[in-house]
Amino acid sequence: MRLARTPWLGQALATAAVAVAGAVAAPATEPPAPRAPQRLSETGLYGPIGIRSVAPGVEAFVPQYPLWTDGARKSRWIQLPQGARIDVTDVDAWRFPTGTKLWKEFAWGERKVETRLIWKATDSGWVFATYVWNDEQTDAVLAPETGVPQVLEVAPGKRHSIPAIADCLTCHGLAPSPVLGFSALQLSDDRDPLAPHAEPLPKGAVTLRTLVGTDRLAPRRPELAQNPPRIRERDPVARAALGYLSANCGGCHNDRGPLARLGLVLLHDVTHDDDRAAPEPAHATTVDTAGRYVVPGLAPEDSRRVAPGAPDRSALLHRLRSRRPSSQMPPLGSVVADEQAIALVRSWIESLGPTRAAAH
Amino acid sequence: MSSRTIPSLFAAAVLGTVALASAAAPPESSPASQDPVARGRYLVKIMGCNDCHTPWKMGPQGPEPDMSRELSGHPQDVTLPPAPAAQGPWVWSAAATNTAFAGPWGVSFTANLTPDPETGLGHWTPETFVSAIRSGRHEGQGRPLLPPMPWPMYRNATDADLRAVFVYLQTLPKIRNRVPQPIDPPEAN
Repeated sequence: MRLARTPWLGQALATAAVAVAGAVAAPATEPPAPRAPQRLSETGLYGPIGIRSVAPGVEAFVPQYPLWTDGARKSRWIQLPQGARIDVTDVDAWRFPTGTKLWKEFAWGERKVETRLIWKATDSGWVFATYVWNDEQTDAVLAPETGVPQVLEVAPGKRHSIPAIADCLTCHGLAPSPVLGFSALQLSDDRDPLAPHAEPLPKGAVTLRTLVGTDRLAPRRPELAQNPPRIRERDPVARAALGYLSANCGGCHNDRGPLARLGLVLLHDVTHDDDRAAPEPAHATTVDTAGRYVVPGLAPEDSRRVAPGAPDRSALLHRLRSRRPSSQMPPLGSVVADEQAIALVRSWIESLGPTRAAAH
Repeated sequence: MSSRTIPSLFAAAVLGTVALASAAAPPESSPASQDPVARGRYLVKIMGCNDCHTPWKMGPQGPEPDMSRELSGHPQDVTLPPAPAAQGPWVWSAAATNTAFAGPWGVSFTANLTPDPETGLGHWTPETFVSAIRSGRHEGQGRPLLPPMPWPMYRNATDADLRAVFVYLQTLPKIRNRVPQPIDPPEAN
């Protein structure tokens, strides 16, 4: 594992003065959205003794289905304004109080590489920024708006890139909530033991139960603690596979965003958790369903989003495995396929048999 | 006409653009027009959209865009053989229609820009279009737009201009033409 040396860092410092964080849809009549600070240490993440501990009021959380980023080790924190509540009127599209900040640190091995910030700076706008750690690991510098390509080799010939602000908005700007990893399913106390790359909950981590218990949801929604959300699949493998798809694919593939017309809904909907008969959307919209993408080498009528019992005829698995730009899914954010998830999704597809005779 | 990949014909087609343009009517729209449709029509003409999104055919004076299929992308009924292998510095090639391109990225096919709801941009919104050009991603959030689409230049256009292009494209006759999905490069893993 090798980190690119520092020429880009000098460039980042030089351009930081003009680099601005992206803000979502700030009306022209309002003053410009606040800019992200130049250094991570100025964002409020850390306490008075520096990066050895986070600031009071900053709390760790761990989504039960982590987003795959080429094996990065991640740490995540949220800071809600004191006394403020998250509006969970729409339980599937949380609305965060102005002033909310979330951070996510990416490390490979012991090397911290970047820390991303999402900050609801105004009532109408979010600031997205990422900070690149220096070689000394003492602080991180605001990255240019265009990102920093290929900073770290994460697999032979494969390098991690610091995303551009436009890349952030590709996923965060079009989802039901700009915050993807801090949701009812992700914070559920009924955690999935088979979730790929599941991480243990650190002591004091935020979960639905703690949010309800400390009265930080509005309405209070005690049912989220009493009957915590979970993927509506009885089979453990199916539960884990569809949970993975919800976290890794549902930001774009949901029934509310611009891609809703595709009818491919991979995002779990807590709204229907009370209805035991309600199918999991990722099952209902993929299994034995034709999609626009055809598995290469197959006739369109033989290709399915998920072909029951037939992984090789399943476009979803094909695109999950691909890291070729024109077919990989998700289309950005990783350069190495997630073998653990591929094996899990393959097992789920195989379990959906009986196998129809493969056409090829 | 033949649909084989003929790199030399691509060059001829590009040159033909110049030759044909000189014989066309002078611009009928002011670049400063406030009418979005007129502005969009003007921009589509000068930005070269027809060079690749309208299939080319062989006419009496050489390659020319087939305006009966204006901006409808790579024809779904044109089946292409495998692209010729790259040789030395010749790393990419184009089909005679100038709607399919092979290179290190695989094979790309130009999109149907007409407002057909099933195969074109009929379901797109102005926001989708602007986002696609700005981000260089299909529908603004999917796979990368592939070469030779010059989105890195077009992304510098103003929102008003990009929206005008979209508004004009929505006035085109709907042409049902399902463009093939891109073909991955064989050498990638």
